[in-house]
Amino acid sequence: MQKYWLDLIYLVASVMFIMGIKGLGHPRTAVHGNFISGMGMLIAIVVTIMDRQILFPAFIGSGLLVGTIIGLVMAVRVELTQMPQLVALFNGFGGAASVLVAGAFIGQQVYLAQPITTQVLIATLASGVIGAVTFFGSLIAFAKLQELMSGNPVKFPGQEFANGIFFVVILGAGTWSLSGSVNPIPVFWILTILSCGFGISIVMPVGGADMPVVIALLNSLSGIAAIAVGFVISNSVLIISGSLVGASGLILTRIMCKAMNRSLTNVMLGLIDVGEVTAGNEIYEGRIKSATADEVALLFDDARRVVVVPGYGLAVAQAQTAMRDLTVLLESRNVLVEFAIHPVAGRMPGHMNVLLADANISYDKLREMDDINPSMEKADIVLVVGANDVVNPVARTDPKSPIAGMPIIDADKARSIVVIKRSLSPGYAGIPNPLFCLDNTLMLFGDANRALLDLVAAIKEL
Amino acid sequence: MEHFVGQLSIFVLAMFVGFEIITRVPPNLHTPLMSGSNAISGITLVGALALEPITNLGKIFAFLAIALAAINVVGGFLVTHRMLKMFKSKA
Repeated sequence: MQKYWLDLIYLVASVMFIMGIKGLGHPRTAVHGNFISGMGMLIAIVVTIMDRQILFPAFIGSGLLVGTIIGLVMAVRVELTQMPQLVALFNGFGGAASVLVAGAFIGQQVYLAQPITTQVLIATLASGVIGAVTFFGSLIAFAKLQELMSGNPVKFPGQEFANGIFFVVILGAGTWSLSGSVNPIPVFWILTILSCGFGISIVMPVGGADMPVVIALLNSLSGIAAIAVGFVISNSVLIISGSLVGASGLILTRIMCKAMNRSLTNVMLGLIDVGEVTAGNEIYEGRIKSATADEVALLFDDARRVVVVPGYGLAVAQAQTAMRDLTVLLESRNVLVEFAIHPVAGRMPGHMNVLLADANISYDKLREMDDINPSMEKADIVLVVGANDVVNPVARTDPKSPIAGMPIIDADKARSIVVIKRSLSPGYAGIPNPLFCLDNTLMLFGDANRALLDLVAAIKEL
Repeated sequence: MEHFVGQLSIFVLAMFVGFEIITRVPPNLHTPLMSGSNAISGITLVGALALEPITNLGKIFAFLAIALAAINVVGGFLVTHRMLKMFKSKA
């Protein structure tokens, strides 16, 4: 096949990726959009195989077969609560593939005594470095989310120093290898191995509520690794698709950081001043009103508009279906039910929306934080389920608080507030939440699923 | 060098296109956006399929790269489809 035919078909595939992502702009066109992207990928794969000089050797067929089966099984079997770790793992595999392609390419060039231009050498080293950081960073993120290791920030003394050293050594060795007198193969692998350590070291200190930022960042890196490989093998479809993914990851990283009012460095270094946990007792002392499901049900009797603030605790308790039942029941009583979704309500961007959609809660009931905050005063009841820091009014009032300036859902402005929570234990920021002891707040203590089922039963009996 | 500059231009322009279309994706679709774009980053598969390895080591590398990237592509598109199917409106 002529090279220009190949490139033209790659161009078609690139356009299909762009159209596909554009389709994701609305839930109605999204399924179709994803299908177009998938077709673009299929076209790119088929034309690449057809273009080969040695048609279909064993390693291609077996590689495709093994990968397809594993990917299929993983995609079908994954629980939606596990989406963040699945995406982390897939990111990692993409990164690892980039390392291997770049490694195989440079090995081949040296073996055939082909000249390697400086640009290609830079791109090859970049593929190794970025791919390895993505792979090992993703493995750590996966282990944390899957709870194979502690999800809390893990720090060791001199970590920032070690990261600095990694960075300088990788950059220095990379630059030195460009002088042209060294064998690029050992340099490539040494840099790649160093980058593995770097990837581990930058994800370890990140934990808990900051995971969405890391997932988004690793997503971006997997795209950038693909771009680098595109420069290595001078293939524009890799450069274009990698750029789309890189841009997507960067935008999501920025959105997540903004939603927590933190800078990226702050998140990556695990810098969060955890407040005095014990201070909670003094604030809560004698001011908490614990209620039973029957008492809370009375409140719902004359409510016209209810806003639900779901947090990750809802998903942990597997309470999505009970939540849907409550929504259906309230709607049958002519109550307007809306969901206020904080950008970090989950373990990855948009995670809560997927979890609620899975429970058959229609997406037009899900409202963004900025969208719903202005009308919070008009809500008869705000029902907070398994959320804490994202409804803590301290973010607005106390400039010294660790969450100062973080955008929150203004639950405290509603006429009445009902909080379903296991205990008064603090959220990730480790600070007490004055929302729980407002005059118009009722606490319904217990497991979110149990509490919602009790509430449904109690409302039915009204 | 001209070749490289041409590719650099494609890269820079594609980044701009990426920023433009992705800022339009609403937050409720951010998870499918991530898994879907993740599947697209499996495009490294094309790079892996284009390798013409001679040594056995090279073939092992190519096999692993193809398998890993294929997991990324197949799993990514499928799980995205699974999620998007759930987004229903009663309106």
